[in-house]
Amino acid sequence: MKELVIISGKGGTGKTSLVAAFAALSRNKVLCDGDVDAADLHLIMDPAVKEEHDFTGGHTAVINEEQCTQCGLCRELCRWDAISEDFVVDSIECEGCGVCYYFCPEGAIDFPENTCGQWFISATRFGPMVHARLGIAEENSGKLVTLVRQEAKKLAETEGLDLIITDGPPGVGCPVIASIGGASAVLVVAEPTVSGKHDMERVVQLASHFRVPALLCVNKFDLNPTATEAIEALAKAKGVHLMGRIPFDPLFTKAMVQGKSIIEFDGNSHSANRVRDVWSQVSEFLGV
Amino acid sequence: MIISVASGKGGTGKTTVATNLAASLGEGVQLLDCDVEQPNAHLFLAPEMEDSDIVTVPVPVVDEEKCTLCGKCAEICQFKAIVVIGETVLTFHELCHSCGGCVKVCPENAIGETGREIGIVEKGHYNGIEFIHGSLRVGEAMSPPLIRKVRSLGAPDKLTIIDAPPGTSCPVIAAMKGADFVLLVTEPTPFGLYDLKLAVGAVKILDIPHGLVINRSDIGDDRVRRYAQEEGIPVLMEIPFDRKIAESYSRGELLVEVMPEWKDRFVSLYGQISESVRGS
Repeated sequence: MKELVIISGKGGTGKTSLVAAFAALSRNKVLCDGDVDAADLHLIMDPAVKEEHDFTGGHTAVINEEQCTQCGLCRELCRWDAISEDFVVDSIECEGCGVCYYFCPEGAIDFPENTCGQWFISATRFGPMVHARLGIAEENSGKLVTLVRQEAKKLAETEGLDLIITDGPPGVGCPVIASIGGASAVLVVAEPTVSGKHDMERVVQLASHFRVPALLCVNKFDLNPTATEAIEALAKAKGVHLMGRIPFDPLFTKAMVQGKSIIEFDGNSHSANRVRDVWSQVSEFLGV
Repeated sequence: MIISVASGKGGTGKTTVATNLAASLGEGVQLLDCDVEQPNAHLFLAPEMEDSDIVTVPVPVVDEEKCTLCGKCAEICQFKAIVVIGETVLTFHELCHSCGGCVKVCPENAIGETGREIGIVEKGHYNGIEFIHGSLRVGEAMSPPLIRKVRSLGAPDKLTIIDAPPGTSCPVIAAMKGADFVLLVTEPTPFGLYDLKLAVGAVKILDIPHGLVINRSDIGDDRVRRYAQEEGIPVLMEIPFDRKIAESYSRGELLVEVMPEWKDRFVSLYGQISESVRGS
């Protein structure tokens, strides 16, 4: 089984639009939204939820006012200043380390497990999809990404599907690390801008750190052809495989507004054909 | 005053707004780039860097001579960063959240702390603007401690503009908490709207006054505007899609330098923000 993860480093380069197009072009796959923090793939896939599960991850301290003698030990021990002068825990600041709970001499602190999101198995017009919603201002996004990917893999195994296409999060931190480990390849969607180049370089470095083969596609390449060439040259020098270029095209936004992939919205357009070219390169690389 | 520029969705124009706002206000402003996973503001402001520091977080080191393998450290650790296996204690520094619980709980005083590098912070200036950013070491998962470090280096009495990371989870909260105003940058598309709603949710939890900048305001549809109206969120600026803007951005140029007419608009954006902060 192969897993392709689409990432970008920089946000807003067109990851999800490309995943939606790949969903329309590929067969026998499971779709997986690994951007649990700001999940958007469902806006195009319009999933019919078949299974919904709570995601529990981590704990938060809660001080029981009745039992608390305000000795101050918890405030002294807490490295996140999460406990106020009147001994109330700020659940957003609380790291869930349990140090206050462990040391409270009165046993006045509870440490319940959090429900910090939901994850779903759904049906879409392009096949099954695993996705999630992390609660706002919650932690543990990396754990949820790992869970969603595991469930996608299980689903692919039980349904006999040989490909997983995962929409990844932006950045290079915890959720991105969780989304690329063990993948067959990552496809980096870059844009030809100074930030796009900077961010592509960092995310390619991350992929190489975790020994995941990296592929590159430059989106909106015609906004700055010189920068496109520079990005491709840099990527190539780092051992990244080039998968092609996609032009800047308002059709992508128009398709998104209609809740469609570009392949469904205007499958004969120049841009749709360039996306097809990229997919054919990528699928050839993956051997699917 | 602290203005945090955030978005939910990535690539909507946070850095464009943060850098151009800073450049328009000029002398006396400080810009903190808290998107430490992908810091970009320096590419547009091109500050002269003067200072660079390695940022570390404390992680445990066990003195095996003193350790009796009692396992109390493994018991308190919520992150599986320290475990006792057979006759040894193993530490997994990349899983450690630096709470200090193991150090405190060890009855033999066998655990001390050392620093683990998570990234760097750099300080510089550009045309009278103080500039500070952090850059997360590639391969490092935990960005919030580095974001807090960047914020701690800012001068508290200065007008501060924060370029926040995308999303709505812990790194974003670390970049918005304690701000006087959150400027949310969005685009009028279904993805922009969905992620904007999440960002508004986060800002409401933190109870911070907020307003909207709609970037590429003439693409997509009118659902973002309708949502803003229903929610009573003021739209403080609209930036239309203009190939010239996109191309100059791609070269790392500031909008206010390429199209100077934008300078007054950013100054007036600041005026609206400070009015709103005074009134709240």
